[in-house]
Amino acid sequence: MTTQHRLAPLFEPRGVLVAGASTHPGKFGFVSLHNIRAGGYRGGMYATNRAGEEVLGEPTFTDIGDLPDGAIDLVFVCTPAAANIELLRACAAKGVKAAFVTSAGYGEAGEGGRSAQDELVHEAERLGMVIAGPNGQGVVSTPVNLCAQIVAPNPPPGRIAVASQSGNLVSSFMNYAVATGVGISRAVSAGNAAMLGVEDYLGYFADDPETAVALVYVEGVPDGRRFFETAAATAAKQPLVVLKGGATSGGQRAAASHTGSLATDDRVFDGACRQAGAIRARTVEEAYDTAATFATQPLPAGPRTVVLTTAGGWGVLCADAITRGGILELVDLPADLRALLDEKLPPRWSRNNPVDLAGGETRDTIPEVLTAIAEHPGIDAIIYLGLGIQANQARLEREGGFYPHHGLERIVEFHERQDARYAQASVDVSAATGKPILCATELAVSQPDNPGVATLRANGRLCYPSADRAVRSLEHLWTYARHRRRRE
Amino acid sequence: MPAPPGTATTRTLSEAASKALVASYGIPVLSERVVAHADAASEASVELGFPVVVKLCGDRIAHKTERGLVRLGLGDAPAVHEAAEALLAAATPADGDVALLVAPMVSGDRELIIGMNRDAQFGPTVMVGLGGVLAEAVADVAIGLAPLDAVDAEDLIDSLATRRLLGEFRGQPAVDRAVLTDALVGLSRLAVEHPEVVSVDVNPLVVVAGRPVAVDALVEVTA
Repeated sequence: MTTQHRLAPLFEPRGVLVAGASTHPGKFGFVSLHNIRAGGYRGGMYATNRAGEEVLGEPTFTDIGDLPDGAIDLVFVCTPAAANIELLRACAAKGVKAAFVTSAGYGEAGEGGRSAQDELVHEAERLGMVIAGPNGQGVVSTPVNLCAQIVAPNPPPGRIAVASQSGNLVSSFMNYAVATGVGISRAVSAGNAAMLGVEDYLGYFADDPETAVALVYVEGVPDGRRFFETAAATAAKQPLVVLKGGATSGGQRAAASHTGSLATDDRVFDGACRQAGAIRARTVEEAYDTAATFATQPLPAGPRTVVLTTAGGWGVLCADAITRGGILELVDLPADLRALLDEKLPPRWSRNNPVDLAGGETRDTIPEVLTAIAEHPGIDAIIYLGLGIQANQARLEREGGFYPHHGLERIVEFHERQDARYAQASVDVSAATGKPILCATELAVSQPDNPGVATLRANGRLCYPSADRAVRSLEHLWTYARHRRRRE
Repeated sequence: MPAPPGTATTRTLSEAASKALVASYGIPVLSERVVAHADAASEASVELGFPVVVKLCGDRIAHKTERGLVRLGLGDAPAVHEAAEALLAAATPADGDVALLVAPMVSGDRELIIGMNRDAQFGPTVMVGLGGVLAEAVADVAIGLAPLDAVDAEDLIDSLATRRLLGEFRGQPAVDRAVLTDALVGLSRLAVEHPEVVSVDVNPLVVVAGRPVAVDALVEVTA
């Protein structure tokens, strides 16, 4: 059976049963049913409760035997470990093919827990079911509006698929999805990974038409070879971003007590990622930025990058970041491109890379300059700095007590419209030329409803909070593109 | 699963046998002679040309430098003879069978390390790094997984933080990348074809006029 087929009941279930639904809002058996219903899950929803009480205003079943046959693919298990073998058998008799087990008291809970976990896996194999978890946080699958988890958030839909050895990192990534609007296709916490590990989920993501990029968090890779081979097979089909906990001796000590992971030689892990073509990120935000960039920008054909800035200092720092990284090339402006920009810009522009407009832009300057740079065959990517500053001033003028008088109404609207236009141009020119254009401004964080920032978001793109973060993401895109190209 | 390096279940090959094995996988090694007596050592030194290095060599000798069993920069045949006799006299019964290794004294402007190891989680690995006296402080090594191909080996070299040292350097030509790449691919093949080899340490791999050449090698095998 293919991985696709095997995991389809987990990610594309036709019906979901919450086993152990609770009337108590503090219990996982309440929260998970709440989240599934609040998320607007598209399939059939069922719940069992020992006393048959209503939960969230809907009836529950006391006996799984009373549920319809063949209507439920996934059981979300919130019952105590001791009840779960019987539960699996009853579910299998109804045609359930997958279980997400949140229950604790398994491998993480000493000798007795480990044998209970072995028994659970053995029974699932016998019944032909797959088990995610146990001791896991849940599974999210936005194509079917499934938010089956014991925590928030319910992320917006998108093309990033997440698998993690730690549930709270799934939450972190999904919180970034909420914050940035660059959304999620699938997300799953592996829990104790008794039957399904990160490698299994990667196998599903690699052939998933809803997914453009895989993002994983790992702490331990006991079978390093399998991880390497799965990562390489995945990266040959789609980008894979890896965040690894326990990269240092301090982190490894923490990981040993968290997931019981054996220490891995970090230099070997680093080499395995590089050779597999997997992109390794050092921090949570770098991991999400990078995955979001893969999900929303075309791959660059080369490293030749132009920085376009409306003011000097931002461009200087961005040039530093590019040069320091040593992966992208802060390309000298080709003479024909410089001549073309001379026609469009007042004489005080920088006449080199970064292209510093030095405040010399008029109504159509930025869309025209973006187009001229992106259309040049000697340029592979653009980082655009300064989006939103005019709209930021417009905001102050709207709220400053003089609006709409003294001519403020007209100028405020003009500036807001212009920044929205610039953001739209970055998206349109990128799409038309097939080249990445990354916009960076701290307004992404300080003023998310700035028309420039909001327009990027409405187009599904990430607005980078700093030039450094944009550079880092673009470096990863080029590293991946180069890896693929050198092996084709 | 092979035993981890350095445990009692492994043993080391002599320097000469280690070099012969790595040479058969395409790693350039110095032309050198293994001889039994001081007289033969001085004859060999005349053939190789001065200056030469003389070392005491044997399967059980792994830490030659620490024990003073390496004599560098010997400029004529009498000096070689004297050094050779002193080295043979320094052998202890625990060293087992010993011989003398006579090699040309090379001086390179750059020293690299390459090697092979077996990781408990990831299996056979190939390593390249900066060598020489600063190596430990700089700790710049890159590790790949065997088997690796020439493209993987190129990526491995490019991932070194000190990769600029492989370019033209202080009037010396750039390091011959093809030789270095072949050496790494060769170590990878060795790892796959010789499961009994636990580790290989080629240190230093000296860059002489742009060409890397192994000056010392140590191969560890399962006992």
